[in-house]
Amino acid sequence: MTTTTFPATVPVTTERSSLVKAASDTMAITWRNLLMLRRVPQLLVFSTIQPVLFVLMFRYVFGGAIRVPGVRYVDYLMPGIFAQTVAFGSINTGVGLAQDLGTGLIERFRSLPMARSAVLAGRTAADVVRNVLVVALMVSVGFIVGFRVHTNAAGLLAAVGLMLLFGFALSWVFALIGLATANPESAQAAAFPLLAPLVFASSAFVPLKSMPGWLQVLAAHQPVTITVDAVRALVLGGPTLRPVVQMVAWAVGLIAVFAPLAVSRYRRAA
Amino acid sequence: MTTNHAPHDGPAIEVESLTKRFGSVVALDGIDLSVPAGTVFGLLGPNGAGKTTTVRILTTILQPDGGHARVLGLDVGREPHAVRASLGLAGQYAAVDEHLTARENLKLAGWLTGQPRASARARGEELLERFDLTAAAGRVAGTYSGGMRKRLDLAVALVHRPPVLFLDEPTTGLDPQGRGDLWELIEELVAEGMTLLLTTQYLEEADRLADRIAVVDNGRVVAEGTAPELKARLGSTIIDVGLADPAAAARARVLLEPFGPAEIVDGTAVEVNVDDGARALLQIVRLLDRERLEPETVAIREPTLDDVFLTLTGRRAEASGGAAPDTNDRGRARRRGAQRGAA
Repeated sequence: MTTTTFPATVPVTTERSSLVKAASDTMAITWRNLLMLRRVPQLLVFSTIQPVLFVLMFRYVFGGAIRVPGVRYVDYLMPGIFAQTVAFGSINTGVGLAQDLGTGLIERFRSLPMARSAVLAGRTAADVVRNVLVVALMVSVGFIVGFRVHTNAAGLLAAVGLMLLFGFALSWVFALIGLATANPESAQAAAFPLLAPLVFASSAFVPLKSMPGWLQVLAAHQPVTITVDAVRALVLGGPTLRPVVQMVAWAVGLIAVFAPLAVSRYRRAA
Repeated sequence: MTTNHAPHDGPAIEVESLTKRFGSVVALDGIDLSVPAGTVFGLLGPNGAGKTTTVRILTTILQPDGGHARVLGLDVGREPHAVRASLGLAGQYAAVDEHLTARENLKLAGWLTGQPRASARARGEELLERFDLTAAAGRVAGTYSGGMRKRLDLAVALVHRPPVLFLDEPTTGLDPQGRGDLWELIEELVAEGMTLLLTTQYLEEADRLADRIAVVDNGRVVAEGTAPELKARLGSTIIDVGLADPAAAARARVLLEPFGPAEIVDGTAVEVNVDDGARALLQIVRLLDRERLEPETVAIREPTLDDVFLTLTGRRAEASGGAAPDTNDRGRARRRGAQRGAA
């Protein structure tokens, strides 16, 4: 037997350098996911066609039949559309992760000397950047169809911030679903029955008062309603503190529950 | 990140009584291996033998249930991060990002393995050149042929200059041209002193590339040695007698048994392992003539690793050298699904 002496590269990591490495790895994965968005712009285009159709439908078809006291329907509608767009867009996180599992890419990542959290953090971070584009587009569409901000630019910016936080929180939910199903089609299919009741049984398109009593109770306390109400308060006026605090609490709660679940699922996946 | 260079004497890869179960399926049933530094070790066996599971444990992707696995003296369970820094892995399915160009795939790997940006870029260009991908480096990998993807996959695994490389079925799914190209690349890497563990279903591949071979079946090593050593376990020569029909073959097998281990192959042929080929051939022909069994063909040849496998496990390896393996995406998805189901 030949016994050659050769250098083994043994990285000496301290707490600090491993944090720096984790941040760098997350940036690398974010970069990679954003490049993909540039390579396959259809992903962005098709995921915004549906909400634009909803805007046109509710603005010009159903809107005339929906009465919301004290506010023009287009102003009531647009915060709901923003929430719907961001909610359905977060499915992307799960579909993307399921794809990476299927192609063996995640298996390779697991054999690399990189931070375990980076694949998920980089994916959700890239989806936040994606949401910036999507929300900006939907706000512009809103302005075109007559949506007006009643408060000020700061209110609108804060509302956009809330939407991004909402999308980030939901991304962790769908990260878990994507890793658990490990198949893009299943991840997509699992998402719709979860999101549709949340988005439609909410204050996104119609006032809760028009729903049956039992549904009102459910609808009033679920995250889409709370997010939409907070965004409305920020762009249309009214007391903002309570809805915003409630919304942030929901988002933090979702992340606190689903991020650890997704990371632990990731460790066992592949 | 700072690195120190701890010298390591002894085998580059050591595996001791490694076990792994997926539910009720025993994937590894006590595997032992020792791979000296700077050598090529081949794990040879059919699908489901435990080759990929062994590689996944050695590359820290899976945790074993029992036993030890060390890479450069580092325990894969206790020091996974240090192990990862020393190894490169090119898996069964070319795990490159199809939406990224070759250059971007290499940049990502350099970034994730913590290489300084400038040296990672230089290393990437060097690998592109060497793996004949420079012309296609700006195209997204989704447009590549199977052979190009495998070459890129191998290049990605080498970005951080790992001293130990794992190749899991490196040429599965490639045409003969692509396979030959990849073999040449692998031989170059070995010439530079890399330690390499490769799994394969192709006996020809193990014979050509590996210094030592372990034949794996049902999660165990059933034989280990150099290719000539494994062949020598069979006697020196094989005489292959083709007969007209299965009944004649069955009679011939009984008659030829005294010369050495005899097997019926493909229904109508009998293979006998003998020590002294020329003498045995003459006697066999005389005997068959006396018994009025007229052979359609008689051939005398050196044993191949396929024969080794047949003798050791009682059946042929699933894919022999020239057969086209199942590499369509459906088969791939099914296998991955089955693996996951088992886990």
